[in-house]
Amino acid sequence: MLKSSTRYSNGHSFKDHYQERKLLISRSIIAFAVVVVMLCALLIRSWHLQVVKYEDYQTRSNDNRISIQPLPPKRGLIYDRNGILLAENRSIYSLEIIPEQVDDLEATLTRLLSTGLIEEKHKKKFLKDLRGQRRFKSIAIKSRLSEQEVARFSVDRFKFPGVRIEARLVRFYPFGAELVHALGYVGRINDRELGQIDQANYKATRHIGKVGLEKFYEDQLHGTIGFRRVEIDVQGRVIGKPLFEKPPVPGRNLRLSLDIRLQKVAAAAMGVDRGSVVAIDPRNGEVLALVSNPGYDPNEFVTGISTANFKKLMNSEDRPLFNRALRGLYSPGSTIKPHIGWIGLEKGLITPQSTVADPGYWVIPNEEERVYRDWNRRGHGLKVDLNMAIIESCDPYFYDLAYRMGIDTLSKNMLDFGFGQYTGIDMGEEVPGIMPSRQWKRDTRKIPWFPGETVITGIGQGYWIATPLQLANAIGQLGIGGTRYQLNLVNEYQVENEWVKVIPEPSEKQADFSNAANLSVVQRAMRRVTQFPRGTAKTAFKDSQYQSAGKTGTVQLVTQAEEKYDANKVAKRLRDNAVYVGYAPYDKPEIAVAIVVENAGHGGSEAAPIARQLLDEYFNNKKSDRMAAKMASEEKF
Amino acid sequence: MALIDYDNSDRRGKSLPQQLHLDLPLLAGLLVLIGFGLIVLYSASGESQAQLNRQVVRLAIAFVAMIFLAWIPPRVYQKWTPFIFAAGVLLLVAVIFVGDKGKGAQRWLEFGVIRFQPSEIMKLAVPMMLAWYFSERALPPNVKELLVAAVLIAVPTLLIMIQPDLGTSILIASSGVFVIFLAGISWRWIGSLAALALIYAPIHWFFVMQDYQKQRVFTYLDPEKDPLGSGYHIIQSQIAIGSGGLRGKGWLEGTQSQLEFLPERNTDFIFAVLGEEFGFLGIVMLLAVYLAIIGRGFFIAVKAQDTFTRLLAGAITLTFFVYVFVNIGMVTGVLPVVGLPLPLVSYGGTSMVTLMASFGILMGIQTHKKLLPG
Repeated sequence: MLKSSTRYSNGHSFKDHYQERKLLISRSIIAFAVVVVMLCALLIRSWHLQVVKYEDYQTRSNDNRISIQPLPPKRGLIYDRNGILLAENRSIYSLEIIPEQVDDLEATLTRLLSTGLIEEKHKKKFLKDLRGQRRFKSIAIKSRLSEQEVARFSVDRFKFPGVRIEARLVRFYPFGAELVHALGYVGRINDRELGQIDQANYKATRHIGKVGLEKFYEDQLHGTIGFRRVEIDVQGRVIGKPLFEKPPVPGRNLRLSLDIRLQKVAAAAMGVDRGSVVAIDPRNGEVLALVSNPGYDPNEFVTGISTANFKKLMNSEDRPLFNRALRGLYSPGSTIKPHIGWIGLEKGLITPQSTVADPGYWVIPNEEERVYRDWNRRGHGLKVDLNMAIIESCDPYFYDLAYRMGIDTLSKNMLDFGFGQYTGIDMGEEVPGIMPSRQWKRDTRKIPWFPGETVITGIGQGYWIATPLQLANAIGQLGIGGTRYQLNLVNEYQVENEWVKVIPEPSEKQADFSNAANLSVVQRAMRRVTQFPRGTAKTAFKDSQYQSAGKTGTVQLVTQAEEKYDANKVAKRLRDNAVYVGYAPYDKPEIAVAIVVENAGHGGSEAAPIARQLLDEYFNNKKSDRMAAKMASEEKF
Repeated sequence: MALIDYDNSDRRGKSLPQQLHLDLPLLAGLLVLIGFGLIVLYSASGESQAQLNRQVVRLAIAFVAMIFLAWIPPRVYQKWTPFIFAAGVLLLVAVIFVGDKGKGAQRWLEFGVIRFQPSEIMKLAVPMMLAWYFSERALPPNVKELLVAAVLIAVPTLLIMIQPDLGTSILIASSGVFVIFLAGISWRWIGSLAALALIYAPIHWFFVMQDYQKQRVFTYLDPEKDPLGSGYHIIQSQIAIGSGGLRGKGWLEGTQSQLEFLPERNTDFIFAVLGEEFGFLGIVMLLAVYLAIIGRGFFIAVKAQDTFTRLLAGAITLTFFVYVFVNIGMVTGVLPVVGLPLPLVSYGGTSMVTLMASFGILMGIQTHKKLLPG
C-alpha cells in the first residue's frame, strides 16, 4: 500500500501537482456555484407557486372536488359438487362517523346515545379510536348492526350529518367447524401480508385467505378492484352522483369435488374423537370428503377472534387448529399389507400358494434373541398364505416378506404408491410424510439401517409415516389397479358465465399393474377382509348393499415386544390408533376412503364402521340422485 | 485492524466522533434533515406509527453503513476500486440471466435470504472507478482518456437501462460525468458535447424513445391536457404546494394530502406535502439544509489530500444534489416525472443505505488524513 502511494506522488514526472490541485479546486467551486444557482431556481419556482399564484391554487384546492374511491370486488363463492353454497358473502352493517364532517361531535354522540342505538361503551371506544386515526377517514362507532337498527337509523339519518351506515360484504361459512379443514378461512390482512400483495388491487379489501383453499386460491377468489370518481367538498363529503365508475370484477366462483353430504356424515361419525376421514375418487383424484377432527368455527376468525377463544384453541390438547388430513402423520400400520404383498408377488418373493408358519411370533433367521410378535398371541396357524395373511392381518407373514424383500426394494416400490411424496392437493399446506430407506436414514439420522427396522416396516410401523390423504390415495390406486392422480378439491372454476373444468393430472411415480393375476390376488383378499367370517372388517360391513374391499390397521403407539399390551392399563393418549382404508364398488372403484381415529383401539371395530357409514351414504346418495334425475327428465316429456 | 487503521493507533484524547471518524458538521446536517423528514413523513403517511417505525429501522441500518464506510481509510477502497467495479459489472450481467423480476423490472439478485440490487453498488463504484482512473493520470484528461472514461460510464449505464431502470441509470451516468467535469475536461469539449447532444436529441425522440416515455414529456409540457389521467399527479402536487402559501396550512392540516388527492404522497411526492403544510418557509428551510450538506461536501472535496478523494467527494456531493434537484423539480413541475425519491425524506427506497454509505465515504475522506510533510 505504501509502495503504491509512493508511485502516485513520484511515478509520473509530467504530473504537475500544484496546477492539478488548482484545476480541481476551481472545478469544485464552479460546481458548487451551479448548485446554488439551481437551488435558487427551485426556490423561485416555489415562490411562484406559493406566493405569486397562491390565491389561484388556494381556490383550486378548495374546489378540489374529484376524489377517487376504490370499490372492493366481491370474493368468489365456493360451492360443493352439487352446487350447495359452502362459502358466501354476507352484508354486515356498521355505524360510522367522519369526525371532520360533524360540527359538534359531543352533541352528536349525546343524541346518538339518546336514540338507544349506541351505548356508553361504544362512545368510550370511539373516543379512544379517534386518537391516532387518519383524518377524513370514517371511524366505526358500532359494528354489526341488526336489520332493525339499520332501519331505525335510516329514518333519523338527516338529523346526523357526518354519521352514516356502512355496508360491507363479509365472508360467511354456513357449515362452520364441519368444513373448516377443507376450506380454510379468510381473516384481516396483516402487516406481513400487506408486503406480499398487490396493494393497489387490495386497497378496498380488508380480508385475505389465511389458510386452506381460501389461501391457495386467493388470486382467483379475490377479483379486481374497481373505482369511482365522485365530487366531494373540502370536508370530504360526497356530492351528487359518481362522475365515472369502473365497477370491480368479482373473484371467480369455485366448484369443489367435495360432497357436503358425505362431509357431514364423516364429521358426525367422528363425533368427539380426534382423527381424520378422507374420501377420494381414485379415478381422477377428486376429494369427496376431507375431515379433520376436532374442527373449529372459521367464522370467528373472519370477524376477529377474541384472544381468550384463540388461546383456548391454541392450547387445547386436541389441537383443533391442526389439519390432520393434510399434516397429520400416522404410521400406516397394517393398511399397507396388501401393497407389500403385491410387491412380493411382482418381485417373485412369494406366490399365492407359498406359506409362512405363524406360531404367534417371528424371529430373524439366526438371530433368535429378538422376537417379533403377532398381534394375535396364538398366531394364525402354521400355514399362512398371502390371502389369509391379508384377511386376518397376520404380522409374521409380512415380517418374513419384508425381511426377504429388503428395505430398499420395499421403499422404492412404495414410492410408486405415493408414500413419502406430496399428493399435490390444492391446499398448499400438506406434508409429504416419510417413506424410510437406507439412504434416508443415513442422511437424516446419521446412523446405519438395522435389519430389525425392515421387519417392522413390513407391518407399517417404525419410521414410516403418512397422511390420511396419502393412505386414501394408495388404497384407491391398488383398487383401480391404474393411474394415481394428484388430489384436487377444486373441480371447476367460473370464468364470466362459463364453468371451466380442472383437468386432473397423474402423479409422477406410478406402479406398473400389467400383471393382472398378481393384482387380483391382493384385491380379492381385500374384499374378503369385509366379507369372510375371519375378515377383520367383516362386522362393520355386515349386510352392506354393495361390495367393498379394504384393510384394517391397529397402530401401536407403545412397544409391544416385551410386555403384554393391555388397552385398559395404557393411558388414553398412548392407546392404539384405529385405521381403516378401503374402496367400493369392489369391481369398479369410485370411492376410496381412509379413516384414522386417534387412540381409539382396533381398526376393525373403531375405524371400519365410519367407513361403512360413509360408503352407505355415498351409494344411497347415488341412488337418490339417479332417481331425482330420472324424475326430472320424465317431467320434461 | 492493524492493516488499515495504523494511523489512528493513538486514541487518547480523541472524542467518540473522532474515534468513529465522523464529520460533525455533515452529521449535524444529516440529522436535521432526517428529523425534519420524519415529521413530514408522519403526516404524509396518514399518521401511521408503523410506517414511521419501519423508516427509523431503515435509517438505523443506513447509519451503520455510514459509520462503517467512514471508518475505512479511503486509500483502502482506492486500492480495491477496479475490483469492486469489475464485480459490480459482473453482478449486473448476472441480473440479466438469473435476476428476480420485481414489478416488471429485472433488478434483484438473491443470495439466500438477502436480496439486493447490484445497481446500488454501481452508484458508488462508477464515480470511484473514474476517480481512480483519473487519479493515476495527468489532468486535465486527453482525448484517449476521455474515451476510456466514456466506456467506463457507458457499460454499467446501459446494463442498468435495459433492466429497465431509467432513474438509476441517469443517476449513475451523471455521477460518472461529474467526475469527468471535476477532473477538468476543457470547456471546448464541454461546449462541443453540448452541441452534439442538441443535434442528437431529435434523433433520440423519433427513433429511440418509447411512446410511454414521450407521453411523459407531453404531460410535463401540458399537464392540464389530461387532468385526471397522466397529468393528475403533477397537477395535484402543484395545487398542494401552491395552496400552502407562505406559511403553509399547518402540520397534519394539508387538505390535499390528508384527503388523498395527492398520490404517492409518502414516497416520491412527499415534497408536496411539505410544501402544503409548511409553506414557502418550510421549503426554504429544507433547501437550506440540503445546501448546507452539499456545501460541506464541496468543502471536504476542496480540502481533500489527493486527486482520488477530491474527485470522489465532489462526485458524491453532486450526485446527491441530482437526487434533490430531480425530485423537487419533478414535484414542482419544472422537470418531467422521473421516479426518484426525495433523499432521506421519502418513505422506503433501497437507495437510503447507499446514500448514507456515500456520506460515510465523504466523512472518511475528511477524517482519515495523513500528516504530509510541508
